Amino acid sequence: MTGADARSAERSAKAPLLELRHVSKAFPGVRALDDVSLEIRGGEVHMLLGENGAGKSSLIKVLCGAYRPDGGEFLHLGQHLAIASPADARRLGIAVIFQEFSLVPFLDLAQNIFLGREPRHRGSPLVDRGRMHREAAGILASLGLDYDTHALAVDLGVAQQQMVEIAKALSQQARILVMDEPTAALSDRETDALFKVIRQLRASGVAIVYISHRLNEVFELGDRITVLRDGRRVAGMAVADATPEQLIGLMVGRAVGTVYARRHFATPGEPALEVRGLRTATGVDGVDLTVRRGEIVGLSGLVGAGRTEVARAVFGADPIAGGEVRVFGTRVDGGPERIAARGVALIPENRKHEGLALKRSTQDNLLAASLWKLFPRGGYRARRAVDRARELIARLRITPAEPRRHARVLSGGNQQKVVIGKWLAAGCSLYIFDEPTRGIDVGAKSEIFALIEELVTQGAAVLLISSELAEIVHVCDRAYVMRGGRVRGELARSELSEEAILRLAMHGT
Amino acid sequence: MSGLRERALAAEAAPRERWRHRVGSENVALAFRIGLIAAIGIVLALSTDAFLSTANLLNVLRQASLMFLLASGLTLVIVAGGFDLSIAANLTLSACLAAAAIKSGSPWLGAAIALGSSVAVGVLNGFAVTLLRLPPFLATYAMLWILQGLAFHYMGGLEIYGFPAAFRALGTGFLLGIPVPVYLMGVVLLAATLFTRATNFGQELYTIGANRDAARLSGIPVGKRLLLVYVVSGLMAGIAALVFLARVNAADSGMGEPLLLPVIAAVLIGGTSLFGGVGSVLGTALGATILAMVINGMNLLDIKAQWQPLVVGVVLLAAVLADLMGRGRRERIG
Repeated sequence: MTGADARSAERSAKAPLLELRHVSKAFPGVRALDDVSLEIRGGEVHMLLGENGAGKSSLIKVLCGAYRPDGGEFLHLGQHLAIASPADARRLGIAVIFQEFSLVPFLDLAQNIFLGREPRHRGSPLVDRGRMHREAAGILASLGLDYDTHALAVDLGVAQQQMVEIAKALSQQARILVMDEPTAALSDRETDALFKVIRQLRASGVAIVYISHRLNEVFELGDRITVLRDGRRVAGMAVADATPEQLIGLMVGRAVGTVYARRHFATPGEPALEVRGLRTATGVDGVDLTVRRGEIVGLSGLVGAGRTEVARAVFGADPIAGGEVRVFGTRVDGGPERIAARGVALIPENRKHEGLALKRSTQDNLLAASLWKLFPRGGYRARRAVDRARELIARLRITPAEPRRHARVLSGGNQQKVVIGKWLAAGCSLYIFDEPTRGIDVGAKSEIFALIEELVTQGAAVLLISSELAEIVHVCDRAYVMRGGRVRGELARSELSEEAILRLAMHGT
Repeated sequence: MSGLRERALAAEAAPRERWRHRVGSENVALAFRIGLIAAIGIVLALSTDAFLSTANLLNVLRQASLMFLLASGLTLVIVAGGFDLSIAANLTLSACLAAAAIKSGSPWLGAAIALGSSVAVGVLNGFAVTLLRLPPFLATYAMLWILQGLAFHYMGGLEIYGFPAAFRALGTGFLLGIPVPVYLMGVVLLAATLFTRATNFGQELYTIGANRDAARLSGIPVGKRLLLVYVVSGLMAGIAALVFLARVNAADSGMGEPLLLPVIAAVLIGGTSLFGGVGSVLGTALGATILAMVINGMNLLDIKAQWQPLVVGVVLLAAVLADLMGRGRRERIG
């Protein structure tokens, strides 16, 4: 055998199971994927890295046939083909395990594993339950698990449900297993068990595409790494050749449109919000933070770090399990109506479900939090309400400038202005913004930041939650970084950088 | 990324939205119902001799007013995103409890008993929905059975009948040639319309019904407001109980049950959305009138009783479909 033959044999053995070449996917206003190429090889754990919004989710959706790419090609074992539907992806042996599981709660494990593909008695439409349970037990056993296949999915913990999802994928002869942050909700011991299964699958030739925000996992489990940023593949390398610092450097520096340039920084005044030892059932695990009048304080961290949960607990939307919250020096508790009455505003993450009554008009939404301020004796006067709404519409430059237009038909940016306007009308002095620029175009973004800055120059205090690192760095006076329900560090303005935030936000660095 | 898409959708929806918001979608729906009343009136006037007589028209209005009294409270509950299935059973129990006192010549004591019991039921419904967080449909459906059971037990299969004439005037009397219940309908309609349109409470009910989470996160005390609407709904059942008692001159444990489905129909024909946040008490008054006219017309036209539910069903479907088409595709999805 010549050297060339050996190399060719080695190449075919390592021929990628699936190859994506120059794949692009655009949505109005954003390039979700831009000329991304990816090789997925059997017997490898391929780590997919990138900040929030870098394009990882879009890439998964292309892989599992949920999105049809605008351009690019797929090769399966060197053969050209298309993944036009989830059925195509399944036929190629691609299975995705999402963060939200798809098990049916009140079916047992065997039923879940074989859902829609139940083995039948020969020549009969009746399900062969005996065989179904034997085969399910067999698959679970091959993963080293001895679960009772008669147990209901609803009775399983998160880690066990995940294992059942993996078993379900294997029962469909999956050769490529895509896992989206599989350890996000697992304990250390459960993580170890999962890694054992993943290593075993890798040894049997399955390809694993693994998305993680935890750098220690990348180095513990991964074989190769692809880094995405702004929908582009910015680097690919073997894990052995990578360092944590290098990976962080590759992930940061997203071009987030025009980042807002802050004009003034004032000396902060009295404390507006003091949170001490805050704990909640939703996963906040001892948070301390302070926001003063005249400053914009960032609350950064990756998705799932517990930032929204802090905001909701402070606002009284979720109960507090421990610790205390002080607003302008007074300890507060109770529901949102009590907290809002003290001049606290929450601009929630999900404006359509939590910020607006979409069926109601712009005017009704703008006045929803200030009716009793406008009409203290309870008598609502339509004329006066319209006038007040028009003032707010003009001040916030909401378009169309029509108070009776339904909130549903406004653009994302204008909807967000309505939510903000609701609290301006109430005359609040502590504003909690949770991802205020999500899904909003660039022009509206800078308008919203201009508004936030105007608020603090007038003496209000702002807590700004954002997953866009650049927003935190450019807009905030200082920032806290959360991970796993706790504040892992506080960065002064001079220390604020995307690298510094990511270093605190990611595990194992 | 969704900014641009939403803007495109908004532009697409614009022309229809533009004329609708100038007139107000609520007003379009009300005008449609007034037109429907006129159309049914013309058809019945042309096809029957009896319809246009004063006596018949007043009879239609009296029927409408009885339904409306119950339906007005239910409308407020549904607008706020809830439901109250217990109204008819609440009416039965309050009427039965009050009947003995009224018969023995103490109408004011009877009224106090009826209103006290019906409001107490409203408070219980309100607590079940707010404190126990039970789904309104379930909580008030269970309440329906409980109240019905109490009424059966209390009456023991008997009926109490023969009330003083002064009391019976509440249901059967006339004032300046118009039935007393019609005045009641006017007063309740005016009060409820003022409450919904000209108080902060009313505005808050619509916001709660349109999006309860957003209402809560806007600092609206959702629990207190919901408690209020269930109490009002109970109170209206008590008032309706007295009027109904005076009209039929008898109390028995089955008197309220036949009212439940027609009352719900009146609310829905009136344009109130089961999903909350949309509707009005005026719409319900028109809905009750439409329903009373349709039933009256069928009687005049000698349409057999067994066909009547079918016709009511068709009218209900037609009214709801007309609203959906008027509101356009985008709202229907939401």
